[in-house]
Amino acid sequence: MNAMQDKAAAAGSGSGESTKVSGGRSATDLAIRYGFLTLLAGLLVFFSVFTEGFFSPFSAVFIFQSVAITGILALGVTFTLVVDGFDLSIGSTATSALMLSAYMMVVLEQGAVVAVLACLLMGAFIGLVNGLLIVKTRVPDLLATLGMMFLLIGLQRIPTEGRSISTGMVLPSGEKANGVFDPAFLWLGRHKFDFIIPNLIPVSVVIFVIVAVLVWVFLEKTRHGRLMYAIGSNARAAALAGTNVNRYKIMAYIFSGVLASVGGILLSARLGRGDIASGNNLLLDSVAAALIGFAVLGAAKPNAFGTAIGALFVGILLQGLTMMNAPYYTQDFVKGVVLVVALVFTFVLTGRRAGAHH
Amino acid sequence: MADAAIEIRGLTKAFGANRVLRGIDMALARGEITVLMGANGAGKSTLVKVICGVHPADGGEIFLNGAPFAPRNPIEAIRAGVVTVHQNINDGVIPDLDVASNLLLDSLAEPGAGFFLKGREIRARAREVAASMGLEVDVRRPVRELQLADRQLVAIARAMARKPELLILDEPTSSLSAAEAERLFALLERLRAQGVAILYISHRTSDIRRLADRIYAMRDGAIVGHFAEKPLDYEAAVTAMLGQGLEEIRLDNRPPGAPVLELEGLVLAPGARPIDLSVHQDEVLAVTGLVGAGKTRLASVLYGLEAPLSGTMRLGGAPYRPTSPRAAIDAGVFLCAKDRGSNGVLHDHPLDRNMSVPFLERFSRLSFVRARAEARAARDIIGQLGIVCQSEKDDIATLSGGNQQKVMVGRWLGQPSRVLILDEPFQGVDIKARRDIGAKIRETAGGRATIVMAAEMDEVLEIADRIVVLSEHSLAGDHRNESLDLKQVLAQVAGQAGAPEAGAAGNSGAAP
Repeated sequence: MNAMQDKAAAAGSGSGESTKVSGGRSATDLAIRYGFLTLLAGLLVFFSVFTEGFFSPFSAVFIFQSVAITGILALGVTFTLVVDGFDLSIGSTATSALMLSAYMMVVLEQGAVVAVLACLLMGAFIGLVNGLLIVKTRVPDLLATLGMMFLLIGLQRIPTEGRSISTGMVLPSGEKANGVFDPAFLWLGRHKFDFIIPNLIPVSVVIFVIVAVLVWVFLEKTRHGRLMYAIGSNARAAALAGTNVNRYKIMAYIFSGVLASVGGILLSARLGRGDIASGNNLLLDSVAAALIGFAVLGAAKPNAFGTAIGALFVGILLQGLTMMNAPYYTQDFVKGVVLVVALVFTFVLTGRRAGAHH
Repeated sequence: MADAAIEIRGLTKAFGANRVLRGIDMALARGEITVLMGANGAGKSTLVKVICGVHPADGGEIFLNGAPFAPRNPIEAIRAGVVTVHQNINDGVIPDLDVASNLLLDSLAEPGAGFFLKGREIRARAREVAASMGLEVDVRRPVRELQLADRQLVAIARAMARKPELLILDEPTSSLSAAEAERLFALLERLRAQGVAILYISHRTSDIRRLADRIYAMRDGAIVGHFAEKPLDYEAAVTAMLGQGLEEIRLDNRPPGAPVLELEGLVLAPGARPIDLSVHQDEVLAVTGLVGAGKTRLASVLYGLEAPLSGTMRLGGAPYRPTSPRAAIDAGVFLCAKDRGSNGVLHDHPLDRNMSVPFLERFSRLSFVRARAEARAARDIIGQLGIVCQSEKDDIATLSGGNQQKVMVGRWLGQPSRVLILDEPFQGVDIKARRDIGAKIRETAGGRATIVMAAEMDEVLEIADRIVVLSEHSLAGDHRNESLDLKQVLAQVAGQAGAPEAGAAGNSGAAP
């Protein structure tokens, strides 16, 4: 967290030099830094007090589980945001991984290891193609990944003529698919580790936490992460400082693709079938989580910690509302409100701070 | 002053506790070019922003043609006849539109301008505007295809289409070559003759000497000098603006050491003559020439950004052919690129990260950045260059332009190099910062070869042991910076001297 705090502190003290608004300045700074975390704490307290059963380890685990997959995807988008890009294809990459894993096991009758490796490779390949499209052919990132999104949504339906994949289904060739989901694969989605209470922590949550820590370390502590931020700030300056900008950009999209396919694998393992209709919300939810992350600790930039908190924030809000019996169709609305508030937070408050220098 | 277009009395402005303007009195006369001088951070930009309606004044009054004038926003100021052309040229034009649309943009944006575009009429009117400004461009060309100078002229012509009372130019020549600037000056003189009041802000001494009818010197938010009597006492104005006199620069002429970088038959552009040149240890070589003469192209070739058409380079006797900036850096050839805003500064990054970025490998172990070593190195540079900041963790945006430039130069001075190339290292900095940077470059020049690209002759004379002139991507002159025949150098810069010694360049001797 050091880096981000340093940055906020530096920016705060720096602007103090040019615009000393006595008293108000520090209050604004505090609001920017801790506003969102305070809101999160307030939300927790509110739901704990007013909702029966919200404040319990099981509820906490449920929230974690619901945000784990979105969170992993969001961490992938964070990479592309860091290099000043965007990956709209993560949702469809995840659902493609879902379909591919089911196809590998049910139709091709392969084991868990092969299925997982195939999905990860596919994710990396999609990321590579995205990256090459953006870097080599200079298609703008939003358009390239939007195109990839449509391509994948179509592609994942072709092998089964648009049907979901499950054991016993009839293939286009007329044969019956006899493969089954490998128990080792289902373990990824259904096993729960003992932690104080038996059967508490699902595998997906463990993977989410590990990925979050790794991404945070990579972005904040290594020179590769540093150079990615440098590229996001001023790609030309980074290139003139000897950075291989194209390679890092492609790397960011590959990370994004791989993490999206990890999300897809976990979803597939939880569902136990290649459900063509699932994963519709993945793109919007994970992008929202990454963007909400901008507001955490006043970072005003994509960052792994913020992304994880952002995913958690949405999860807590939705779980709380569900437990308060809010109808399901209000969920998207609430998510949208949270996202807009977070963006206002980021761009109005921190923008005003930065604006003092111009 | 009876015919003052704008009169300012006791103007104050503070941002919080920071009093930026402390009672400005100023009068800008019609048909005069008034130059406003001041070091970075003196408050010039704030003054301009108050006059053109970006910031409201805290106290004091402004009169426009004798009537009180307090614009609440830039649009009000423009409607009242106060037009500003900002430093960043691309703020004044829309690159993707053609010249005609750019010139008439304001009238197109006016309410009641009609729904449909009348292409022919717009172009005809645009041609009129362009002709009255002496602007010779095809009005159907998109602005992005124009040279910087033409873009700047389009921005000014656009401003003039409103027939302003007062035209404010904030460092309009900072990215123009001397020849391009000359076209701008011609236009300004024409406007002066038409009776427009012009407020001209610049660091460039040649601009000021050329144009000023009147000089105001500003320091710490107050006017500290007013010079109107001809001939204008330029030195006194600089002294007033800095609060102290400038010391004469004395160049200690070091004997150059062994050749470090040798260029043989290097062809930079089709049709250009091959360049033979060697740069020596301990030597500061200035490469001068007009914008477009090939200075930046030469820097790009040396730094591995592009390949020469033909010819060879040798570094320390061994063949040198970098294919990327990384390869150049690893070989010990550094480039401090021009135009720090787009080529150098990592925005939203603290100073230490801005300085360490080319050398992160040296600051990290197993890819993990050693933040303490990085910060320590940054503090060293901050101390050495006298960068004004609170700590190495300051966001770079909080620094003044001169200090930002010091950070950019410091980035490359912090690590030992064999060849250090600085492309326009004094761009957009005040004379004090320029002297600081120049002194530091010379002070550290031992042990490496230093190449400084600069178009401005004052800057070249201040820093160089040896001066090389480029003209149309070819070598036009090579002089030692002692008993220099300035006229000859300037003629070579302008490309009038033919190619007397280009073939025999390399170490060819001093001027006659």
